[in-house]
Amino acid sequence: MSSAAAPAARANSRRSQAPRGASLEAVFEGLCFAAATALLAALGGVLVSLVIGGWPAFARFGLGFFATSTWDPVQEVYGAAGPIVGTLITATLALMIALPIAGGVAFFLVELCPSILRRPIGTAVELLAGIPSIVYGMWGLFVFAPAFSRHVELPLMNAAPPGSIWEKIVGGIPNGTGILAASIILAIMILPFIAATLRELLMTVPAQMRESAYGLGATMREVVMSVTLPYVRRGAIGAVMLGLGRALGETMAVTFIIGNSHDFPKGIFDSGSTIASTIANEFTEATSPMHTASLIALGLVLFLITFTVLALARLMLRNPVRV
Amino acid sequence: MAASPARIASRRAANAVFVFFCCLFTVLALGALAAILWSLLSQGLAGLNLAVFTKSTPAPGSPGGLANAIVGSIMLGIFAMALALMVGVMAGTWLAEYAGASRYGSVVRFLNDVLLSAPSILIGLFVYELLVAPFGGFSGFAGAVALALIAAPVITRTTEDVLAIQPTTLRESAVALGTPLWSVIRKILWRSASGGILTGALLAFARISGETAPLLFTALNNQFFSLDMSKPIANLPVVIFQFALSAYDDWRRLAWAGALIVAASVLAVTIIARILSREPRRS
Repeated sequence: MSSAAAPAARANSRRSQAPRGASLEAVFEGLCFAAATALLAALGGVLVSLVIGGWPAFARFGLGFFATSTWDPVQEVYGAAGPIVGTLITATLALMIALPIAGGVAFFLVELCPSILRRPIGTAVELLAGIPSIVYGMWGLFVFAPAFSRHVELPLMNAAPPGSIWEKIVGGIPNGTGILAASIILAIMILPFIAATLRELLMTVPAQMRESAYGLGATMREVVMSVTLPYVRRGAIGAVMLGLGRALGETMAVTFIIGNSHDFPKGIFDSGSTIASTIANEFTEATSPMHTASLIALGLVLFLITFTVLALARLMLRNPVRV
Repeated sequence: MAASPARIASRRAANAVFVFFCCLFTVLALGALAAILWSLLSQGLAGLNLAVFTKSTPAPGSPGGLANAIVGSIMLGIFAMALALMVGVMAGTWLAEYAGASRYGSVVRFLNDVLLSAPSILIGLFVYELLVAPFGGFSGFAGAVALALIAAPVITRTTEDVLAIQPTTLRESAVALGTPLWSVIRKILWRSASGGILTGALLAFARISGETAPLLFTALNNQFFSLDMSKPIANLPVVIFQFALSAYDDWRRLAWAGALIVAASVLAVTIIARILSREPRRS
């Protein structure tokens, strides 16, 4: 009798006291909250540190910082129009090149690919995303650039009729580096991100929609263009903007191959610079406080551009389907 | 309305062109991957030998290796991952278990996603302003913090996602036994989500091991072998950058060997992560 009552009494007394460790509950929740807030603070910190660090440059050059392209550490005159324009041009060109290719890869994987090849090809494309940026840079400079110069730049420059608009567009030094070469390398880098996201989105289209379109006699092109792609339109735009965000902020690969000149590029083969490549090249060797401040101010410009693009991308991707 | 044969033919033709380009573009993308891997292997293997792993970075013209950079990269990686795991797992747990649908929770979630793809060079600038300029010098710790800031959002995101798919009954049954919520999280949820969290950590590690830009302004570089995290420390990406752009053939050979080492480890980690993430879905 007493042996049976003992466990019951123990259980009773256990019930009356709070479970072991309950007092630490609030501490744990507080730590988790602090970690989440730390991430928020990091992003805020990036913004604040860039504003503080770049302030001397904005104060001294005002709006001229954005509008002039003289970048002269000797005279202490800094105008950022060259790198800003270079960033926008290379990212846009990269997107124009990557978009059709990424679309093609995604459509191929979803509609055409034999199921046995689907996983290996999907994995291979995603491996392309895993290759570090510096490897793209080396490959771009030592392998891609010589071939690009020989097989694309020289023939195109020779073929352009003198005095025509074409001659202007393909202007520059045919050494394989420059705006277009950097854009192509960037395109290869952002392609797997866009392709993978687009593919995931297309997989979310209900099978009935695709099947009923095929059942009505639509061709594959019509199914993709009029049924499945419009169905994921919003997410697809988000995926593209995510790719654009990456292209805007990409540093090392571009630094290797863009040629690093601060002037406005005169043609697609001319050398230029982007905000990120300028910072990477000059920051540790900045000659004066104003030089450093101008580079940080450039960083702030990049932050504002990419933040806008990425925020829009995330808003687009968030609502319909979470990728 | 019967379709005219001409219209059918033109639709077929348009479709054939479309299919052709889809296939062509896929071949192009795979071709790019093959070309890059081929250059990496052919150039990298040529420069790879035992000295690469045993000797420190040389002056141009003298024999040497990448031992100091490899060790430095491993140290940076360990410190960065330790920091990122602490912050990332806790933050992801807060988002999944405590934040609910609160306004602050959705703000953190949204900005974490932005931080996830923010340009890494800006993270480098931030850490430079925060830890390098005020303390008067580049250091391994600053480099590790910069890398951690890049890895943490990835881990936060995956932790939140895998916790969110744990069944509610798991939580309910544990809480019904009188377990405090924080013990439920630590002993049950984290354990059952550990595979997913590990996958996220591996992906984050793959992402930071090739990062160069943020290290340029934080860990900088060190020509000599050093384990001191409070001083500038050698690391593979920055050494590759410096050596690849140099005019010396032996430095460039080392840069290719380094690039092969970095790329091979990143790809290996990525593949392991993919295999791990596939297992539970299959069973």
